[in-house]
Amino acid sequence: MTTKTTATTGRGGLDAEEVRRRVRAFLAEHDPATTDRAAFLRARFDAGLAWVHFPEGLGGLGAPRALQSVVDAELTAAGAPDNDPRRIGIGLGMAAPTILRFGTEEQKARFLRPLWTGEEVWCQLFSEPGAGSDLAGLRTRAVRDGDAWTVDGQKVWTSNAHNARWAILIARTDPDVPKHRGITYFVCDMTAPGVEVRPLRQITGEAEFNEVFLTDVRIPDAHRLGDEGDGWRVAQTTLMNERVAIGGGAVPREGGMIGVAATTWRERPELRTPGLHDRLLRLWVDSEVARLTAERVRQQLAVGAPGPEGSGLKLAFARLNQAVSGLEVELLGEEGLRYHGWEMTRPETVDFFGHDAGYRYLRAKGNSIEGGTSEILRNIVAERVLGLPSEPRIDKDVAWKDLPR
Amino acid sequence: MSATPDLLYSDVEDDLRATVRDVLTDRCPASAVLARCESDEPYDLGLWRTLAAGSGLAGLLVPEKLGGAGASAREAAVVLEELGGAVAPVPFLGSAVLATTALLGCDPQDKRVARLLEDLASGASVGTLAVPLTYGPGVSFPQTVRADADGVLTGTVTSVADAAVADVLLIPATGPEGPGLYALASDTPGVRVAPAVPLDLTRPIADVTLDGARAHRLAGSGPAALEGALLAGAGLLASEQVGVAQWCLDETVRYLGERRQFGRVVGSFQALKHRLADVWLEVVSARAAARAAADALATGSPDAPVAVAVAQAYCSTAAVHAAEECVQLHAGIGMTWEHPAHLHLKRAKSSELALGTPGHHRTRLATLVDLPAAG
Ligand SMILES: Cc1cc2nc3c(=O)[nH]c(=O)nc-3n(C[C@H](O)[C@H](O)[C@H](O)COP(=O)(O)OP(=O)(O)OC[C@H]3O[C@@H](n4cnc5c(N)ncnc54)[C@H](O)[C@@H]3O)c2cc1C
Repeated sequence: MTTKTTATTGRGGLDAEEVRRRVRAFLAEHDPATTDRAAFLRARFDAGLAWVHFPEGLGGLGAPRALQSVVDAELTAAGAPDNDPRRIGIGLGMAAPTILRFGTEEQKARFLRPLWTGEEVWCQLFSEPGAGSDLAGLRTRAVRDGDAWTVDGQKVWTSNAHNARWAILIARTDPDVPKHRGITYFVCDMTAPGVEVRPLRQITGEAEFNEVFLTDVRIPDAHRLGDEGDGWRVAQTTLMNERVAIGGGAVPREGGMIGVAATTWRERPELRTPGLHDRLLRLWVDSEVARLTAERVRQQLAVGAPGPEGSGLKLAFARLNQAVSGLEVELLGEEGLRYHGWEMTRPETVDFFGHDAGYRYLRAKGNSIEGGTSEILRNIVAERVLGLPSEPRIDKDVAWKDLPR
Repeated sequence: MSATPDLLYSDVEDDLRATVRDVLTDRCPASAVLARCESDEPYDLGLWRTLAAGSGLAGLLVPEKLGGAGASAREAAVVLEELGGAVAPVPFLGSAVLATTALLGCDPQDKRVARLLEDLASGASVGTLAVPLTYGPGVSFPQTVRADADGVLTGTVTSVADAAVADVLLIPATGPEGPGLYALASDTPGVRVAPAVPLDLTRPIADVTLDGARAHRLAGSGPAALEGALLAGAGLLASEQVGVAQWCLDETVRYLGERRQFGRVVGSFQALKHRLADVWLEVVSARAAARAAADALATGSPDAPVAVAVAQAYCSTAAVHAAEECVQLHAGIGMTWEHPAHLHLKRAKSSELALGTPGHHRTRLATLVDLPAAG
């Protein structure tokens, strides 16, 4: 009586069997053992096996997203190199879907391939010293100058700016209209004159994010994404994808931070106490349920019916990471007093598992801030999912330049 | 761990939900549940007949060759979500889940077992499994009832759900052949079923006393049949809890979107919005956990004990939290007898104890997933 709901057939009769056949044909021509990594990844993109739900010619097959797991499984089994997705998360998770939706044909052709292969790293120039949660209040100015724009301003908390070749940028192009309407979205060349990146040291000691100063930076109009004044709407696509960005594949049980704590618990009986036991079991249950909730969202996305659950995933993820890492530091006792070192490094990725418990505890604090704070996410759930009214607002119909500062 | 569970609802499951919801909307409004719960007939057996025979729900888990629908725990879970939302006073959990799965755990080739299943499936009789409602999977076999070689039972079982309306009682008892399940009709001489005053008015409980009552030991029955029924019951109760929690959330959101104080709709106050966002997240999480448990039971996954323990540990607490927030955010009206919030609070709180508390299920997980206690 039970019928499976997972969609497995797409346009042009592309089903799991056909996709598997294509991967095998591709592997027959490009042996991962002998092909150079970059060449292999470029060829994979050109064969439409990068992200199968993207259109043909742009790294995809126009197939259901669910079939990506078939491709990934085949390639992993063949020992193929991947594009190290953690290094290029902002490109894959945020820039790519925005370019796909709002970009011109030229922009898609120029940017998507090196973005996916990881040859070009992307960063996100959104937040500013005066515009965090209230992102639409941003003051970085872009002024039209012939077929280009001149940009001046300061961005902050820019993860990976020091490694990035390109940035997605939002700037104010019209101060005379209410704040949400005077914003335009651009692709900014991080190597252009006038772009200055300065590290910002974090509570972990390292500098993963930066402040970015933009002084008379010229951006060709051909690098505008979407219409002039429509940047807020374009940015919504980026932000939605940022929050819903869930790992390509399913996470196994104990795949997250709880796995580290559970392993320590199993291997080190001398650390166990009854109080910690109860907390560990509660967090184990919560972690498993959060994993299942994310899996359910993934299954909904795969059949093309994204549910509102997505908006809540990040809330749960942040709370759990913080609680589990806090427990882990406590569990370790005296060891929890120590830290691997405070030297300022400039990491390429957030590496939760390559460090000690203290690092996990400190870095997880950012999980409820980056990509929208947990307070803002609760507002979003309450207003957009539950349909509750917004707080009274004074800033909606006032020209940006007249807002109280 | 086994294959990834299917956590969505199939089209068949959606249709089933719509059918059940139609009947409940029509026949089981909150006002009717409230009026009935203090009457002489706390169960709505007319509604049960419609659902059981008319919609075929009583035999959902029974194979087609025994007159059932041959469906799985996934479908039963969907029904329970709806019954929970309506706090419907019908013996689905006792009869269609606990008694049915206990019988399916015996030898269904045996004529007596098969006939009992047929009668439950058709709705001709109501059954229940005579264990205290607090018993969960992993408890040791109950020792309160003894059987002699002729199947004559002596002893008591307290706090049995749905016993007051059951025609057939399945009693775990220990006889000369060891522990097993014994079936008897509730009007057998020597059987006394004494209803207790329940905290949850919509799921009454009763104490069963057996004083030389003649029963039949069921073929193939033993501790495994009982354990299987408790596991299925616990896993499916999670879906009922999701239904209760979803109702509490929906009602609270609706009310706060209308109620005005300080010149604004109170649902626009951020302190309340954030609390409701948290309840919402718990409800969607509970739904994923409950679906995972139902799918594991439906597919006979070896992971079912873990999936059930996770779902119970999570959904019990989520339902209680949603119901408590429902009362608090309705304030004065939520404290009244007239408003149905209390029916859901009482269901949520007593379900937290039913089929194992969250603490019981966490303790079970400690063993199941190898996170041993200190010392
Ligand atoms: C590790 C890390 C990496 C980041 N990477 C990037 C990046 O790559 N690119 C980028 O553009 N940005 C990045 N950010 C910035 C991040 O998006 C902002 O920090 C975030 O949006 C919050 O803005 P804020 O820091 O100005 O805090 P504020 O907005 O000033 O918030 C202060 C406090 O007020 C609360 N608050 C604000 N408004 C409301 C409201 N309406 N209701 C209730 N509470 C409210 C907030 O929740 C917070 O607790 C990163 C941040 C971190 C921590």
